[in-house]
Formats: sequence, structure tokens, C-alpha cells
Amino acid sequence: MVKYILNRLLVSLITAWVLVTIVFFLVRLLPGDPFLSEKVTPEIKANMMRYYGLDKPIHIQYVTFLQNLLKGDFGYSLRYKNRTVNEVIKQAFPYSADLGIRAVIFATIAGVTLGIIAALNRNRTWDYLAMFIAIVGVSVPSFVIGPLLQYVFATKLNLLPVSQWKGFSYTIMPTFALSLGSLALMARLMRASMLDVVNQDFIKTAKAKGLSPFQIIWKHQVRNAILPVITVLGPVTATLLTGTFVVEQIFAIPGLGKFYVLGIQNLDYSLVLGMTTFYGLFLIAANFVVDIIYGLIDPRIRIAK
Amino acid sequence: MQTSNNAITREMFEHVGKNISQMEAIARPSITYWQDAWRRLKQNKVAMLGLVIIILYTVLAIVGPYMTPYDYRTTNTEEIDQPPSAKHWFGTDTLGRDLWARTWMGARVSLSIGFLAAFLNAVIGVIIGGISGYFGGKVDMVIMRAIDILYAIPYMIIVILMMVVLGQGIMPLVIAMIAVGWLNMARLVRGQILQLKEQEFVLAAKVLGASHARIIFKHLIPNALGVILVNLTMSVPSAIFTEAFLSFIGLGVVPPQSSWGQLAYYGIQSFRVRPYQLFIPAFFISTTMLSLNLLGDGLRDALDPRLRS
Repeated sequence: MVKYILNRLLVSLITAWVLVTIVFFLVRLLPGDPFLSEKVTPEIKANMMRYYGLDKPIHIQYVTFLQNLLKGDFGYSLRYKNRTVNEVIKQAFPYSADLGIRAVIFATIAGVTLGIIAALNRNRTWDYLAMFIAIVGVSVPSFVIGPLLQYVFATKLNLLPVSQWKGFSYTIMPTFALSLGSLALMARLMRASMLDVVNQDFIKTAKAKGLSPFQIIWKHQVRNAILPVITVLGPVTATLLTGTFVVEQIFAIPGLGKFYVLGIQNLDYSLVLGMTTFYGLFLIAANFVVDIIYGLIDPRIRIAK
Repeated sequence: MQTSNNAITREMFEHVGKNISQMEAIARPSITYWQDAWRRLKQNKVAMLGLVIIILYTVLAIVGPYMTPYDYRTTNTEEIDQPPSAKHWFGTDTLGRDLWARTWMGARVSLSIGFLAAFLNAVIGVIIGGISGYFGGKVDMVIMRAIDILYAIPYMIIVILMMVVLGQGIMPLVIAMIAVGWLNMARLVRGQILQLKEQEFVLAAKVLGASHARIIFKHLIPNALGVILVNLTMSVPSAIFTEAFLSFIGLGVVPPQSSWGQLAYYGIQSFRVRPYQLFIPAFFISTTMLSLNLLGDGLRDALDPRLRS
């Protein structure tokens, strides 16, 4: 287990290093020169020079860049002279994290449940219905489902608030819009995994021992089938996090995604790259955590020396 | 027991005897793997519906813009935000541009980006995966470790980074998508090649003195083509989604050029008043992705040798 954790940690660190190195060289490939823009005040220009050490040779620039990142400094805005990436993150990330956690929980519970229902009713109406929901969920992007929900439940039926983030009723539509795709993916995976497990010998043994169907399904089938589903939690987190760019835009949630898109639209490259680095590192860390959880749950890894 | 009038008697049978030449005759015309796959696919109604929709949209993308007298770029201040009517079939946008023309010009962009990116990803993936799987050993290890690391960086993050640097437009979109889009295909092809390369026909090719390139591209890849094709079909909708997503956050194609994602992006600004401006492109994005997913599912069932009876 220790060896497994160390191995995953090493891979994560290398990945993080590759990511920040790519960002570093991409910054140097940026189209145009930020200093030519009239919107860049001398103050910002001076900040840029100091921050990136642009007058020094490239390998020193690289070291400066890495040092800044190690200090947890992600750079700052080209457009607004007193705005740093860290401040934006501090201010906006709680909203995004709130939305993201809700979406992960909802997608996992609903997706796994849907997959179990489908597998237990294989080739019957419930299975077809669940898999139809799943394939629609995979095919309809969040920027379609979000406005559709708004149009039906807020504008027409007046049941839920249209936008913003002020209480539970505000969270329902964004959470659903954000999680639908991942929900569908997990439902398909869970179904396939359940159908795989049902033919295993240990299910036969459980039946032969005379366990109740509930115990067989819950203790033996679901528990074993859920393992492959956990492995996609990492990619699902990534999908959900990038999904917030769109969902926060649609529902006017003051989260990180909204600032990100705003940064892109303002051509605020420095802000965008800083936030991208933050997202990338965050997701690499999330992947690492998922790997560790998987290691803890899967006895084949947990017990191995 | 009613035996008397319809009992089976010896007289009803006739001895045919052995006829060597007829025994060896082939009863039905033999069909190839691909003909068989096509026959199975044709029986899958849902997949065929998907295929028909894709063909329909492709045809409309080609002829659609010419079906209306309006140009997709021409603005008209007299006719802004018109709802769909006999004159403007899909209505007009906030600049008075005809949305039918824009939708199908956008379809050209969205569909060609989707297919082109998916195809190029497949080509790169097949080459790298093929080399990695075939040579094995150190080459394989280096390539697979590199893929593992690139794979761990979220796809969308890399694509956005590339777009920020490359600027907007169709070619930057395609380049950004193929920068890391081939990883999946490379892994898949490598797995297939690892299984295939131990088989006898590869040994036979080696004995006959075939070069490595010939073995990879003439013997191994064609045998993995079914799996590659299914994966290719499945990656088209995700490429279309990526384009729409990027256009939606302001990193896609530049107006006056249009794409479905960009139409949706502009549609959302005013959809509570004029829902058609969002829901028309949204409908086409969703149904295209749905059709391609259904077609991919059908292809997988049709091409998967394990399901063959």
C-alpha cells in the first residue's frame, strides 16, 4: 500500500511538473506582446517585468516561475492592476467547490442507482428507460440542459429561481445541469459492471448458501461492481470542474468558472493561464486522492505489500 | 393418438446417396467481415436512424445555405430578432442575419471540425499505438509512460491552453484538439496489437520476410480496424462537443463565421425572450451527438467479434 501511494505520488508530481512546464513555454508563445496593448498601464507592465523577470535569460525566468508557483502564487491579471489570481480564487472558489461537490455527490448516487436498476431489470422496460436516460444525458451538453431547465422550471412554471446562488432552491437546477453527463456515464458503467459481476462464482456461492436476494445484491454484487465506477471519479471531477465554466455562466453563479470565461473574453491571458494552472494542479491532486481511495477500497491493492 | 392418416411412412423418404461434387458446393455466397458487419448494422434500427440523421445533416450542411436567398454574413437592421417564419425559416439573430443560413454554415464548421479532429486523432493514435505495441520493450515503456503522464492532465485544460496561445479559428481548434486527443486511440490500438502480434499470420509474414512497417500497417492494423472504427465514431461527438463548448466560452470560431456552439452562445444571451435562437442550434448539437453515440453503439455491436454467432 505504501509503495502504491508513493508510486501514485511520484506520477502526480511528474504530471504537475509537465503541466507547469507546458504552461511556462506556452506563455512565451502567446500571440502579440502584452506590453503593446494600450490597456496595460505602466504599473502593470512593471509588475509583469518583475513577476516574470522578463529581462533575464529564459532559464532564470523558468526558475522564477517555478518558485512563484511553489509559494502558491499563480500570477495576476493583465487588465486590472490590483487583481491577482490568488484573490480571484479565494473569492470565487468556494462557490465553485460548493456546486462541484453537490454535483459529484448527486451524479454518483443517482448514476450508480440508475445503473443498478438497469442491471437488475436487464432487457426489461426499466433497463431500456434507464439506458435511454443515460444516452440522452451523454449527448445533451450542459449548456443545452441548463437553459432548457431555466426555461421550463423558472420562466414557464415559476417553480424555481432563474439564477444566482442564495439558498437550496437556487442550487437544484445548476447541480442537475452540471451533473447530468457524469450521471449518465456512471449509470452506463455501473450497469456494465453489475452485469459482469453477476456471472462470477462468488455470486453462485452466495446463492447456494441461501442468502436473501437483498443480501446478495447489496453485499456481494453492488460492492464488487462499484470498484470500476470509483476509478472514473477522477475524470468525472475534471468534467464537472470544466463544466462549471458553462453552468456558472448560465445561472449567474459568482464562481471561479465565471471569472475564467470572463478572463478569456477580456483576453486577460495572464489571469487565464494562472487559473488554468490552478485548475490543472487541483485536478491532478483530485486524481491522486481518488487513486488513494481506490487503493483503500480495493483489497487487492490494500493487502498487497 | 391419431396416427392412421398422417403417419410418417418409409415411402415418403427417398435415398439421395453421396454426391461428392455437391457436398463441397458452397450453399450461400460467402460474405466478408465488413459485409457481415453491415448486415448486422442494418438490422439495428436505432443505429440506422442515427446514421440517417447524420447523413441528412451532412447533406443539409452542403445544400442548406443555398436553399435560402439570404447570405449567412449579411446583416439587416430592418429585420432583427425575427421569429421563425416563411421568410426566415429559423428566424434572424440580433444583427438581422438569417439563422437558417447561419445554422447550416455552422453545421459545416461543427461537423467538419468534429470529423477532421476525430480522424486525425485516430491516425496519430494508430501510428503511435501501433509502433508501441509492435516493438514492445523499451520503446513501449517510454511511449506508455509519456501517455500516462499526458493523460493525467485534464483534456479540456490542455485544449483551452492551446486555444489561448493559438488564437481562435478552425485550424487552431483542430490543432488544439489533436494535441492530446490521440492518447485514447494510441492506448486502444497498442492493446489490440499486443494481442494480435503473437498470432500465426504475423509469424508467417515475418518468415516471408515482410518489413516491420508492412506487418504493422498491412497485417496488424487492418485486423484491429473494427475496434478503431468504433472508437473513431465515438470520438466524433466528443470533438463536436469540445468545439461547441469552446465556442460557448468564447474560444471558438470568430464571427461572422458561425458554428453551432457559437450560435448557442449568442442564443443564450436572450433565450428567455427569444428561445428559438438558443434551442435551434442546441437541438442540432444534441441530436448530432445522440445520433453519433447511437451509431457508435450499433457499430460496436456489429463489429465486435465476441458477439458474433
